[in-house]
Amino acid sequence: MKKITALLLALVMVFALCACGGDDNKTEGGDADDALKVGFIFLHDENSTYDLNFMNAAKEACANLGLSEDQYIFKTNIDETQECYDAACELADAGCNIVFADSFGHEAFLMEAAKEFPEVQFCHATGTNAHTAGLDNFHNAFASIYEGRYLAGIAAGMKLNEMIDAGEFTADEAKIGYVGAFTYAEVVSGYTSFFLGARSVCPTATMEVTFTGSWYDETAEKEGANKLIANGCKLISQHADSMGAPTACELAGVPNVSYNGSTVDACPNTFIVSSRIDWAPYYEYVINAVKNGETIDADWTGTLATGSVVLTDINEQAAAEGTAEAIADAKAKLEDGTLFVFDTANFTVEGKTLDSYMADVDSDAAYEKDTEVIENGIFMESKFRSAPYFDLQIDGITLLDTNFG
Amino acid sequence: MNNAKQGPLVHIVKRGALPRWKAWGIRLIAIVAALIVCAVVTMVVTGEDPIQVYATMIDGAFGTTRKAWNLAQSTAMLLGVSLAVTPAFRMRFWNIGGEGQVLAGCLAAAACMICLADKMSNGLLIAVTAAASIAAGAVWAGIPAFFKAKWNTNETLFTLMMNYVATQLVAFFVIVWEVPKGAGKIGIINQATQLGWLPPIGGNKYLLNVIVILVLTVGLYVYLNYSKHGYELSVVGESERTARYVGIKVDRVIIRTMLLSGAICGVVGFLLVSGTDHTVTTTIAGGRGFTAVMVSWLAKFNPIFMVLTSLLLAFLDKGAGAISTNFGLNHSFADILSGIILFFIIGCEFFISYKLSFRKSAKKEADTNV
Repeated sequence: MKKITALLLALVMVFALCACGGDDNKTEGGDADDALKVGFIFLHDENSTYDLNFMNAAKEACANLGLSEDQYIFKTNIDETQECYDAACELADAGCNIVFADSFGHEAFLMEAAKEFPEVQFCHATGTNAHTAGLDNFHNAFASIYEGRYLAGIAAGMKLNEMIDAGEFTADEAKIGYVGAFTYAEVVSGYTSFFLGARSVCPTATMEVTFTGSWYDETAEKEGANKLIANGCKLISQHADSMGAPTACELAGVPNVSYNGSTVDACPNTFIVSSRIDWAPYYEYVINAVKNGETIDADWTGTLATGSVVLTDINEQAAAEGTAEAIADAKAKLEDGTLFVFDTANFTVEGKTLDSYMADVDSDAAYEKDTEVIENGIFMESKFRSAPYFDLQIDGITLLDTNFG
Repeated sequence: MNNAKQGPLVHIVKRGALPRWKAWGIRLIAIVAALIVCAVVTMVVTGEDPIQVYATMIDGAFGTTRKAWNLAQSTAMLLGVSLAVTPAFRMRFWNIGGEGQVLAGCLAAAACMICLADKMSNGLLIAVTAAASIAAGAVWAGIPAFFKAKWNTNETLFTLMMNYVATQLVAFFVIVWEVPKGAGKIGIINQATQLGWLPPIGGNKYLLNVIVILVLTVGLYVYLNYSKHGYELSVVGESERTARYVGIKVDRVIIRTMLLSGAICGVVGFLLVSGTDHTVTTTIAGGRGFTAVMVSWLAKFNPIFMVLTSLLLAFLDKGAGAISTNFGLNHSFADILSGIILFFIIGCEFFISYKLSFRKSAKKEADTNV
C-alpha cells in the first residue's frame, strides 16, 4: 500500500513538473519598448557593499525608464571565470539586448560572449580593454571616483583635526589606515586620492595601507582593520567590499570613512561619510542609447557633473563640525576646474615632484607604459581611459604587505 | 525471557541483499520525499510556489540548448574526477585529494599555455600541455601513494593536505602570471591567439570534453571489471593479506592505481584549462574533488552508474543557480534545497542496507523464533 502511494505521489510530481514546464515562453512580441530586455551580472550578492551599490543603481535605472520586472534579469554570485561567459550567453539567449557586468575580472569572459553575439551590447564596469579591443558591441565604463575619494578624504582630515584639537593625540600621530583589496591602479588611485584629500586639511597626516588579496573577504578585511588600529591608526577607510573593516571600526570605536555606500546602520557611532559611484546614470545612458538606436561610447567616464560620483549623507554624530561646508567648497572648486586632485604640486614620489609620467593606458599583452599622462603639472586621471591608471607610490603612504596570496 | 518486552522501541537490523528493483524503489521514494520536504520548506520560508521552483530547476538545467550543453559539461567534469577517485576507492585507499590532483593538472596546463605558446606549433603545444597535465596529476597522487606503500602513512590526511599545497601553489602562480600586475587574476590565457586551446568540434566547445570523459568511463569500466589490474586492486581492497598470499605486490598495486587516479584528474585539469576555461584560479576545480567522493559512493563505485549520479548532482547545482536568478532568492537558499535532496538520497542508502524493527514486530519475531 505504502509503495503504491509513493509511486502515485511520484507520478503526480512528474506530471506537475511537465505541466509547468510547458507554459514558459509566452512573453514575446509587443512593441519595440517591450522587446527591450536588460541582463545584469554581479560578482556577489547584496551582502557585498560593492554589488549592492550596482544592484540598487540597476533597479533605480530600470524604474526610472519604466522597465517592467520581466524586462530585466539579475544574475548574482557569478565568478570571474567561464561562469561569467556562460551567464552572459544565457542572458543573450534569454533575449537580452544589453548585458552589464560589474567586476574587473569579468572582462575577458564578457568579451568572449561579445564576439559570439554581435547584435547584443555588452557593457563592463571598471574594465580597460574596450577602447582598443575593436569590438563594436563591447564597452567599458568607470567614474572619476578619485574626486569622490578626495572629498571623502577631506571629511577624514577634518575628523583628524578635531581629534588633535581635542587632545586625543598629537598632530604627528595623525595616521590613517586603509584596507585595500589588490595592488593595482584602481585601488592605488583610490587610496592616494583619499589621502590627498585628508592631507589637504590635515597637513601632518600619514597613511598605512594593508592588502587582503581579495575583493570580498570579511575576515581578512576585519583583521586588516584591527591590525591597522593596533598599529596606531586613528581613522580607517577601505577599498574592499565586505562589512569587515567598518564593523571592526565600530567595535574599536575608531572613525571610518566608507566606500560603496552608507554603513551608518551597522556603524552609527563611527561612520562618517562614504563616497560611491552611482551607476544609474550610466545604465540609463546605455539603455536609452539602445532604445533609440544610438551608438554607445566604447569607454565612458562618469563625473561629478553626470551625477556618477556622489557622497552619501554625512553622519553628524561622527563627523567633525564644518565637514559638509568644507566638502561643498572643495567640490565647487573641482567642478569649476580650479582644483585638481592629482596636482603634482601636492605630492612627491621618492622626494621629487613629477613632471612626466608614462602610464599603461592601452591594454596590450606586455602592459607597456604607453601614454604621457601629466599635462601642465597635473596627472590627468580618467582622461585617456575611464578606468584609473594612477599607480604611483607617493611619499607619506606606507604599504604594509603587498605580497598577499 | 523478558528481553523482547524491555528491548528498545526500535532496533536496527542488517538486511540481506535487496533485490535490485526494491533498492531502486527505496531510492525513488527518497527523492520524492526530498522533493516534498523541499516544497514545504520553500513555501514556509519564501512563500514561493514550490512547483514553480521545481519547474525553474528543470528549466535552468535543460531549458535551452546552451543550458543543456553546460549541464553536459558540468556532468562530464564531475564524472571525470569521480572516475579518477574510483579505482583507489575500490582498493580501500581513501583518496580525497582529487581537488589537488585536478588543480595540479590545471596549473601544469596553464604553465604550458603561458610559457610555451610562442615556442612551438599549436598542435605540439596541445600535446605537450596534455602530457604535462597528466604527469602533474599523476605526480600529485603518486606522492601520497608512495608514502603509503613505503611507510604506511595515512592516505586520507596526506591526500587532503596535498589539496592545500596545490591550492597555495596555484595562488602563488596566479600572482606570478597576473594581468595586469596587482589584479590577482590571470584572465583568459592567449585570448587573442587562442594558442593551446582545444579546437571546438563542429562549433561546439563542450563536445570534445564530453567525448573524452565518456571514453574514459567505458575504459575504466573495462579496466576495473575485466582486467588483471582491476582484479588485483579489488583483492587488495578486500584484504591486503590475501593479496600478499596470492603473490600480488601490494605496494606496486597501490602506487600504480594512484598514478592512474592522478592521471585521470590530470586529464580533467587539462580539459578544464585548455578545453573550456582557458584560465586558472584557486577555485577552478570547484570542489569537484570532494563531490566526486559522493558521486562514486552513491554509484557503488560503478563507472556506468556514476554517469547518473554525477548528472544528478550537476543538475541540482544548475537548477539551484536558476532558482536564485528567477526568484531573486539568495544563492544560499538553492544550496539549502540541494542539501535537503542530498540528505535524503544519502540517507536512503541506510534503509537499503538496514531495516528498522519495531518492538512489536521484534516480539513477534522472537515468538516465531522460539
